[in-house]
Amino acid sequence: MQLTANRATCIGAGQCVFTDPDAFDQDDDGLVLVLRPEPAATEEIARATEAVHVCPSRSLRLVESAP
Amino acid sequence: MTTATFSMQRIDPYSPPAEHLRLQQEAPVSQVPWRNDTTIWAVTRHADVRTVLGDARFSSDRSLPGHPTFAGYTSASKLKNLIEMDPPEHTQQRVRVMGEFTVKKIAAMRPRIEQIVEETIDAMLASGTEADLVEALSLPVPSVVIAELLGVPFEDHSLFQENSAAFVEADATPEQRMAAMGALKEYIGGLVADRIERPGDDILSRQLAAGAPPEELTALGFLLLIAGHETTANMISLCVATLIDKPELLQQLRENPALLPGAVEELLRYFTIAEVGGLRLATADLEVGGVLIPAGDAVFALCNTANRDAEVFPEPNTIDFTRGARNHVAFGFGPHQCLGQNLARLELEIVLEAVIRRIPTLRFAGTFDDISFKEWGPNYGVYRLPVAW
Ligand code: HEM
Ligand code: SF4
Repeated sequence: MQLTANRATCIGAGQCVFTDPDAFDQDDDGLVLVLRPEPAATEEIARATEAVHVCPSRSLRLVESAP
Repeated sequence: MTTATFSMQRIDPYSPPAEHLRLQQEAPVSQVPWRNDTTIWAVTRHADVRTVLGDARFSSDRSLPGHPTFAGYTSASKLKNLIEMDPPEHTQQRVRVMGEFTVKKIAAMRPRIEQIVEETIDAMLASGTEADLVEALSLPVPSVVIAELLGVPFEDHSLFQENSAAFVEADATPEQRMAAMGALKEYIGGLVADRIERPGDDILSRQLAAGAPPEELTALGFLLLIAGHETTANMISLCVATLIDKPELLQQLRENPALLPGAVEELLRYFTIAEVGGLRLATADLEVGGVLIPAGDAVFALCNTANRDAEVFPEPNTIDFTRGARNHVAFGFGPHQCLGQNLARLELEIVLEAVIRRIPTLRFAGTFDDISFKEWGPNYGVYRLPVAW
């Protein structure tokens, strides 16, 4: 799977970092950084899915990797 | 003229108003009477609340004609602050300040907040064997934290704290409240002016350096105080009251302190105290849950009721410290979602840990039924919490 973030719409709430600190971080300006752009294990995908769901500005996407 | 208003009255202090829960079951998006003979759309389901709060066309701009305001919750300033702005103005200001509130930067405040909490509890315990917890613990902790965040010099802490307490004092007259607010604004304005001359290592100086206009910064400083003080204080009081009232929950935390972050999250969901944050004005015809809300109508996204939506939270009325639900809307949703949420979580966790560890004999000085709850807001909480140890 491919995990991406839209830094133009991120409002720095940090919900993603709070939900899945292994997959996300924030830079000094509070903007999201994706640490694990290709979650693979079931557990990684589950947590990334939750983070996508809780992001208040809907700035995160998790999609199938291109074959 | 009728005075019928959508009721915020609760029968049970642990539940949202019964009327709101009924609406969620029977008419999840529906028009109800509002203040001054107007109506408002009550939105009660979790998914629909996220739709409203996630779409800035449901405006937060309280200067727009027809924007619903809550009694006692009118704009504190002629100068707009972050919480009452729409994009792109909102985005610009939020992006400039959000770096101050990242998970990591807030986590770095832990040792200092722990120290503040220990000192506050020391003073409370030294004062005797009984106290009003609201006055002795709940209000001072977040007030000192915000004072330090803003870089209020130590010698001004008591002035800052007295005025911020007076501003939310249950028995204060509107005049006393206005006076306290005036004093605080003047003080914060002075602080900003001082940082222009002598920049320091604090939020105001960094915002000035990032190009924030001084008057905007005064509004922001004041917003941080009103958004972060009474809210956090109310949650502290409600959490402690709940743990005393439900000893089985307290016991769980005693036996397994690792449950604390989950407990804080669950109690945030359970009380959802800042419900007035969900007031919006539709600026376009917009569909919510299959219902068309016309442009110009007022909307109330009821986060407290949404957080009891059984489709999202199984057994929603049970307090379950292991629930692990992060998708609650106690901090709102969308562009205005609480900027201080990581700080609020940290303060609550530290306070609860310290209360449990340091005051094992804590009990109500009266009974749970004696407590009077802030049903009419703006935020839910308790006026006083007489405790003994
Ligand atoms: C338990 C405590 C708290 C609760 C329940 C809470 C709740 C909320 C809610 C529901 C909103 C959204 C309002 C809206 O949509 O219009 C909000 C916004 C906000 N909160 Fe909090 N809050 C808490 C603590 C804090 C703290 C400690 C601070 C900072 C020191 C803070 C600062 C803010 C700010 C600045 C906003 C406006 C954000 C924006 O408009 O972009 N809050 N809060
Ligand atoms: S949860 Fe969304 S808005 Fe918040 S920091 Fe992460 S990406 Fe940004």
